[in-house]
Amino acid sequence: MKISVDFDLCKSNAVCMASAPEIFEVRDDGYLYILQEEPDETHRQAVEEAASLCPTRAITVEG
Amino acid sequence: MERIAIVGASLAGLRCAESLRREGFTGALTIVGAEEHLPYDRPPLSKEFLTAEFEAERLALRAAPYEDLKADLILGQRAQSLNLEARSITLASGGEVDFDGLVIATGAAPRSLAIADGISGVMTLRTLDDAARLKAAIEERKRICVIGAGFIGSEVAATARGLGLNVTVLEAGDQPMLRGVGPIIGETLAELHRSNGVDLRTGVEIESIEQIGEEVRVNIAGEASVDCDLVLLAVGAAPVTQWLESSGLTLDDGVVCDATLLAAPGVVCAGDVARWPNPLFGGESMRVEHWTNAVEQGMHAAKRLLSDDESAPEFSTVPFVWSEQYGIKIQAAGRFSGEDRMEVVHSGTDDARLVAIFERHGGISGVIGFSEPRRVMQYRRLIGAGTPFDEALGASL
Repeated sequence: MKISVDFDLCKSNAVCMASAPEIFEVRDDGYLYILQEEPDETHRQAVEEAASLCPTRAITVEG
Repeated sequence: MERIAIVGASLAGLRCAESLRREGFTGALTIVGAEEHLPYDRPPLSKEFLTAEFEAERLALRAAPYEDLKADLILGQRAQSLNLEARSITLASGGEVDFDGLVIATGAAPRSLAIADGISGVMTLRTLDDAARLKAAIEERKRICVIGAGFIGSEVAATARGLGLNVTVLEAGDQPMLRGVGPIIGETLAELHRSNGVDLRTGVEIESIEQIGEEVRVNIAGEASVDCDLVLLAVGAAPVTQWLESSGLTLDDGVVCDATLLAAPGVVCAGDVARWPNPLFGGESMRVEHWTNAVEQGMHAAKRLLSDDESAPEFSTVPFVWSEQYGIKIQAAGRFSGEDRMEVVHSGTDDARLVAIFERHGGISGVIGFSEPRRVMQYRRLIGAGTPFDEALGASL
């Protein structure tokens, strides 16, 4: 699985961070950081939830 | 189950449809929507759509082609009534939709005020058509009066200020937005409007609204009236349940569901219209009009409809809402009121950043943040985990 974020869409609401804190982190600078771009399958449910719940639909999961 | 009907073609209904297919439902799927438009995203209607930063096409909620969903979309048709015994919905056009399983996702509609009836300069904002009308009016006019300083009212006020309009906001309560959050947060919210040039008046009682030619006059008890070019009425929304009045379902400010979102055998609810006991908050009966809730409930309702009763999981969530005004991101999660103990756990050197947490029954129950998305989400997790308040207070996030 490969995660990509469209940073033109991302507004750093950090909803993804609630679903998958090991993958997504919004830092004090207000920007989102992807901690693992190709996480293992154990994270799939959390990552897909994060993508579904992103208010700006900025997260894409491939594979 | 061979035929599933979803009534409501917005966020909750669409996400439910997508989940039904993802969960392996291969039967006939019908989606009924009151609006002509394909499902679109509402939060930008009070912000990027009004400023013309986003065109309507950009609001489309589904990225993949609709053919892939293999659903029969009936758009521009309101559901008129539900006959549970016959398993049938009657549409306003007279048509009927038969089903084995039903998803109720009809959302909410703006509340109106009797004193605003028949005044052409008064608008509400919920749909894309509403937003297009408001946008056209804002482009032509100079002065807007917003009645109600909730989320929609506050966002439109901020957007209109950004476009250079003269903005007056009238609020019946003592504070804008997030009513009853205590003086610290309330004052921060009020100051945000005032420092951006909005004439915010709280604790006002509106006596009447008059259309005088092209102008609208809003008369306020004991105060000078407001003359403007248009009025946005933003005094909240009510769940759309009129079509269910003779259905036999229990209605009480929403459709009453059990903790799994089931309203009757083979009938589930999702989104603004659903009232359910939230297990994370001691079974408190909730109806939540927030975006993430519509997605979560849409997905949950799909699974619930397809599952056996014994195996059905309950729906738990820490309600979350965000808003953006004057470049500030305002986020809130959980439950709170002015009665609850509140502690400010973080405030930035510039006073635009702030995080406050709330206590109920010894636990952390809510969080509000200004431009602090990371901390809000961390506290939201603590709320979901049932963390004692003192522990949350000492968490130094």
